[in-house]
This record gives sequence, C-alpha cells and structure tokens, in this order.
Amino acid sequence: MIQTKAIYVLWLREMIKYFRAKSRIVGAIAMPAFMLIFMGFGFRRVEFAGLPESIGYFQYLVPGIIGMTLLFTAAYAGMSVIMDRQFGFLKEVLVTPANRVSIVLGMIAGSATTSILQAVIMMTIAVFMGFRLPSLPYIPAALFIMFLISMIFINIGLVISSILKDLHGFNTIINFIVFPLFLLSGALFPVSNLPVAIRVLSYGDPLTYGVDALRGVLIGYSEMSVVIDVIILLVLSVITVFASGYFFKKGEAV
Amino acid sequence: MSAIIINGITKKFGDFTAVDNVSFSVEKGELFGLLGPNGAGKTTIINMLTTLLIPTAGNAEIAGHNLKCDPDLVRGSIGIIFQDPSLDSALTGRENLEFHAMMYDIGKEERKKRIPDVLGIVGLSSKADILVENYSGGMKRRLEIARGLIHYPKVLFLDEPTLGLDAQTRRTIWNYIKTLNRDYGTSVVLTTHYMEEADYLCDRIAVIDNGRIIALDTPSGLKSLLKGEKVSLELKEKNCELRDKLLRQPFVREAVLEGNILSVTIADGERSVAEIFKIACSLDADILAVNIHKPSLEDVFIHLTGSTIRDKEGDKNSARHERIRRRMMR
Repeated sequence: MIQTKAIYVLWLREMIKYFRAKSRIVGAIAMPAFMLIFMGFGFRRVEFAGLPESIGYFQYLVPGIIGMTLLFTAAYAGMSVIMDRQFGFLKEVLVTPANRVSIVLGMIAGSATTSILQAVIMMTIAVFMGFRLPSLPYIPAALFIMFLISMIFINIGLVISSILKDLHGFNTIINFIVFPLFLLSGALFPVSNLPVAIRVLSYGDPLTYGVDALRGVLIGYSEMSVVIDVIILLVLSVITVFASGYFFKKGEAV
Repeated sequence: MSAIIINGITKKFGDFTAVDNVSFSVEKGELFGLLGPNGAGKTTIINMLTTLLIPTAGNAEIAGHNLKCDPDLVRGSIGIIFQDPSLDSALTGRENLEFHAMMYDIGKEERKKRIPDVLGIVGLSSKADILVENYSGGMKRRLEIARGLIHYPKVLFLDEPTLGLDAQTRRTIWNYIKTLNRDYGTSVVLTTHYMEEADYLCDRIAVIDNGRIIALDTPSGLKSLLKGEKVSLELKEKNCELRDKLLRQPFVREAVLEGNILSVTIADGERSVAEIFKIACSLDADILAVNIHKPSLEDVFIHLTGSTIRDKEGDKNSARHERIRRRMMR
C-alpha cells in the first residue's frame, strides 16, 4: 500500500528545490523574523497579565513565533501542489505507478521537513538574539511537536488545494484561515487574556495546543498540560492525514 | 492479444459530453492514431486511459489490467507524453529524468545507462544539467519525449507528440517512435491533428469528431472511402469528345469539363494517367498541363465531416466547447 521509494523521491525533489531556492528560505523567514525582532524587543519590558514574572516576554514570544513559522510554511504546502497542477507536473506524478496515498505522504514528508528546517532556522536566530534554550533532552521533544504542528497545517493546506484548484482562490482562502489561526493561538499573548467568547474559538485552533506544547518544552511554562496538548495534536494530525489522503484521491488530476 | 480494449467509454463535464460512448481496441504492437480537430475529445480519451480522469461511464482494459479496478497496475504498464508541458522547471533536465525513473522503481545501474541513452536520442546530452526553466519550447518537448521512453512502457500514449516542433526534430521523433514500436513491440496510441503524421506513422486510425468515432480503418482503407485520385488536365481548347470517351473507360469514375479544364477522377493512380494521355493523343487533343492530386487523409476528413480540420478549429461551437472543457479541467 505504502511505497517508500515514491515517498523518498518526492521528498528528495522537495529538498533539492528547497536548497536551490535561497530566496524562498529568506522570504519565508523574513516575516516571523521581523515579528520576533520588533515585538520581542519592543515589548521586552511590558508585563502581561497571566505571564509569570520569571519569564520575560521575549522568552515567551519565541515559541509563538516558531509556531507561526510552522503555520505559515506548512499551510502553503498546498500552494506548491497547485503550482505543480498549473505547470502540469502533477500530471506527471499522477501517471507514475505510485499510488495516491504514497504521493500524498511524499508531499507531506517534503513539506514537513522544510517547515521544520524553517522553524529551526528561526529558533537559531532567536538564540542569537538572547533566547535561552532548554537542556538538551527537550530539543527532540520540541522537534516532535514541530512535526505534529506542521503535519496538521500541511494537511489542511492539501485539502484546500484539492478543492480549490486555482492559485488566487487558494491564496484568498488561506489568508482568511492562516491569520485568524495565528492570532487566536496565543502565539503573541496568553489566550486567557482574551474575552470568553473569543477564547472559545482559541480552543478550536490546533495551533493553540501546538504553541502551548512548544512553550512547555522550550521555556518550561504552559497554560495546559503538555501531555494533553500532544495527545490533541496527535489525534488531529492523524485525522487530517486521512482527510488529505481522501480529498487528494477523490480530486481529479487535470 | 489486445493491448487496449475500450468499452463504451463516456466522459461528461456538466451537461457537455466530451467523449460519447467510444469503443475500440488496439492490438499488441500496433501504432494506433486518434485523428481529429482540437476539442474533439482526443485528449479526454487519453486522460481517461491514463487514469487521470475517471470515466462517467464505460470501462477499459489496458495491458490486461482493468482501468477502474487496478489503476495503479495500469499506470505501471503505460507511458505518456502529454500535450501540455509537464516538467518541473526548477529541476535540471537530468533531474527530471532521474525523478521519473525513480518513480518507476528503475535501479541505479539501469538509470545510469538509460538516461544518457534517451538524452542522446532527443539530442539533449549537452544541455542535461541546465535548469529546465532555461530550455526553449522545443527542448522541453524533446525532454518530455525522452522521459516517456525511459521506463520501456508496454503501451505508450502520445498526445500531439510533435506539436510545435521543427520539421527535422519531428522526423527524428517519428523515426524513434517507429523504432520503439518495431524493436520493443511497444503499442502506441497517438493523437494528432496533423494528417501527414497519422498517415506516416499509424497502422490504423480512428477519426474523432465531437466526442465520437466517425471512422476507423487503416490509412489506405480510409483513403479508399474517396472515389480515387483526381487528375486535372488543362486543355488547349474545350474538348467534349475527350470527356465522353474518358467516361466510357472502366477506370474513370468521373469526368467534369469546366471551360478548358477537365477534371477526371480515376481509380488506379499512375497507370491510368498514361491511358488518359494515349486517349488524348488518339483524339489529337493538346494537353498543356497536368495535375495529379493523391487522396490525403485531409480529403478523407473533409469527406467524413464536411469541413476541413482547420475550419473545425475556428468553428464557433468547438471554441465554446473548448472553453467549457478548459474550465472543467481546472
């Protein structure tokens, strides 16, 4: 059922393209980097309600910005599928003997790797700006959480790209989805500060749990239990994988 | 044994029927052509047979695999060269081929051999390591053809394979398709709206118009649908006697005199022309010029559809259908 060779080839292609397109790396990093620099330094001395004093705003912000990087790069995975469709390359992939499930998994593998690479670059930038990393065992845990976050949003992007097949439609919809998800997630401020009516929406946002879990392992502070966060993320990523597989299989190629 | 058996395949886009209950079969090792104007449904047929589109009705069997039940097995035994570009322009030519070969699970040693091979065939060896975005249109086309050949498919689909290529490259590719067909026994299905391409390459041709097959035969069989060859004689002066005498000959099907131009339709090509000259001599009729028009597939097409393939393309109706088809494709 699952053809590892096909998954590997699709992943490899994504890697070659990623390392070849330097502008793409810089472009995708620029926005979260600006956020980190201006908000991190600008609000450095601000005290937030619901934020323990021992943690400065900069420490608090970094996991949020990492979550943002993952959300933005992962959601746009659907865009590369639409580009492939427009430039005809998707047809070439779809007439090979590889089955649809392996093709989706290959796309997910490629996009997840690039998203996590971007997030790691972001984290490195943060370290140079004074972010204090946790002790070593927490790093793999953080990477695993990054993987789950990127999975969920890659799949959401893929589902949308299977339904909306043109670039403009995809861009419009994804902007409508990505920004609210980002703002609701508590990446910039504690969710508990939001009015109840909006906070309810926050708990429906997968990124809320992602950012919270990242905070738990990276700065040792989280609003909810990290274990519960991870369980929710795991369940969501499994559901979304099946959803993107289903929609991809259902959608016709040309 | 048949390479392809198609049973009443139909594709509807909304209320527009692009392919209407088409059935035919292609023998193993046959070079089969789908001939028709743009928007006739050729590409839709190919897209269904290569599992890219799901037929609204009907089914097909390709290289012994059922299209609806085992699409993955079907894909394993076919190759396709698309009409529209389908390359990754951010990769080099060689990387595109590598990608393709790896997707077909061709081993490393084998890839090392086959990739330079096919690059040589299409004359891209020296450009293999340039990004495809820097290729010209013709080079892209040639690379796609190379790609379709790497995995030695049992059935090869070619959708307008030589569209937009110069005469020399077209010739090379035609010969390659013939060689592939002869030496590897690859069954080939190609679509084209170039009459001479269908004529030169195909063992049998299905003429398609508005989603239906309107004729299916060998090129010579199709041409024999016409009454024969047309010979136009320019005479020095109007000569009714010659016309009447010619009409009495068994090989003459038709003879029309317009002014001093005598148009004769004859059954048996070159030989009969000599006969005509003998008769003209015996009657002392001076012939100033002769023009022999061999029946072409173009004539067959006009005969079958009542319009030329070029007229068809500009046809208002087919333009509308084309638009609908494009919209549906997205």
